[in-house]
Amino acid sequence: MKWFLDLFSSSLGRKVLMALTGIFLILFLAVHLAGNLQLLKDDAGKSFNIYADFMGHNPLIQLISKGNFAFILLHAIWGIMLTIKNRKARGPERVCGYQQKLNLASRNMGILGTLILIFLVIHLKDFYGQAHFGSLSTQVYDGKTVTDLYTQVAYWFKVEWYVILYVVCMGALAFHLWHGFTSAFQTLGLNHMKYNPVIKFVGKVFAVVVPIAFAIIPVFMYLGITI
Amino acid sequence: MKITLKVWRQKDNKSKGAFKTYQHDHVSPDMSFLEMIDVLNEELTRKGEEPIAFDHDCREGICGMCSLYINGRPHGPLQTTTCQLHMRSFTDGEVITVEPWRANAFPVVKDLVVDRTAFDRIQQAGGYVNVNTGGVPDANVIPIPKKVADEAFDAATCIGCGACVAACKNASAMLFVSAKISQFALLPQGKVESKERAEKMVAQMDAEGFGSCTNTYACEAECPKGIKVTNIARMNREYLTAMLSSYQVETKGGGD
Repeated sequence: MKWFLDLFSSSLGRKVLMALTGIFLILFLAVHLAGNLQLLKDDAGKSFNIYADFMGHNPLIQLISKGNFAFILLHAIWGIMLTIKNRKARGPERVCGYQQKLNLASRNMGILGTLILIFLVIHLKDFYGQAHFGSLSTQVYDGKTVTDLYTQVAYWFKVEWYVILYVVCMGALAFHLWHGFTSAFQTLGLNHMKYNPVIKFVGKVFAVVVPIAFAIIPVFMYLGITI
Repeated sequence: MKITLKVWRQKDNKSKGAFKTYQHDHVSPDMSFLEMIDVLNEELTRKGEEPIAFDHDCREGICGMCSLYINGRPHGPLQTTTCQLHMRSFTDGEVITVEPWRANAFPVVKDLVVDRTAFDRIQQAGGYVNVNTGGVPDANVIPIPKKVADEAFDAATCIGCGACVAACKNASAMLFVSAKISQFALLPQGKVESKERAEKMVAQMDAEGFGSCTNTYACEAECPKGIKVTNIARMNREYLTAMLSSYQVETKGGGD
């Protein structure tokens, strides 16, 4: 077991953990988005509520969801630890003058990640927490009683500051993904001239499309647009 | 040319340093940056002041000693070593800030001189191949594709100057270490020991207190030898496979 501990306490191993959890969270985002887009359907929340009920009660999904929470925590805690370690390595003196004009995202992953974490706390409290531990009203579809999460979502997505917070945090997510997606592959050593252009292209498209699609949901619901 | 220099002066490792401003009125555009400091030092010596201590050796861009931040950039505005940087890259009347490398693993010895023996210790940990001495082997008997040999040689051009560490916001030494790992991992002679090499060199790098890589690629942008970050991916691969597999043998290899 010593080698295992050595691996994940080394500077490279810690990064590997960030990359693996990051890739899992990227996959999670894609699934989460697919489900959420049902909020925009013009059926007063029927398909979204049925979907949410399925996600909340399927044992396999529940298991993955627990894993997902663990990965979010690991990714965040490990990220903070790495950031602190990296700051220390730089030493107390700051270099004057020149600021590198490199990709803003890659230089500010810690700050972007913190923004996303704050968003997650609010997001989980109002939606996940309410659906699982709150006392939301219920709806009956085809004889089956399910929690009416849609009404809760629709309520918050009419609140102006909430919608703005969502859009801003999705911006942070976009920058985080812009760097994180391709960076994860580099960290895992999955760098090959044949596949690099594909990884880069998919990474950039994902980083733009997914956060925009997430941000569209509260904006459309605020404006009352359905598809 | 006339320039104003803001130079980091620090008595020794224990004392605290600070910037000191010098007016330098005798600068030729054809001087290298180091020659410019030489002239200033002559002047300081004549005045009875302590000359500015800085590292230098070959002055032809291959030793990697001349470690300086010039206006906050490792080796100044060009992607070269400081000795190959000439004063024509600056404008008349410019204020130029000069600092030593800033990294915990590179403690300041005096003024602009830092202790870079951390790099030596990483090299000693595994940056070599064990070969039998004896008769000189024939040239070209070891089969290797030309492209692969070239890639190894490109990695081997790393002069260990530390600009990657200086450029990195995390003071990470990964470009250096990955170049050293790559130059051997790509060659048949080096492949034999590649697993233990990756393990040992990375462990030593961590022990020296360098930061982790966050893939900003600032190192590649500042490296005077143009070492590529693909080497870092190769190191990650080498290290991961080494840690996950190692040699599949029972004995310790101690000789008894």
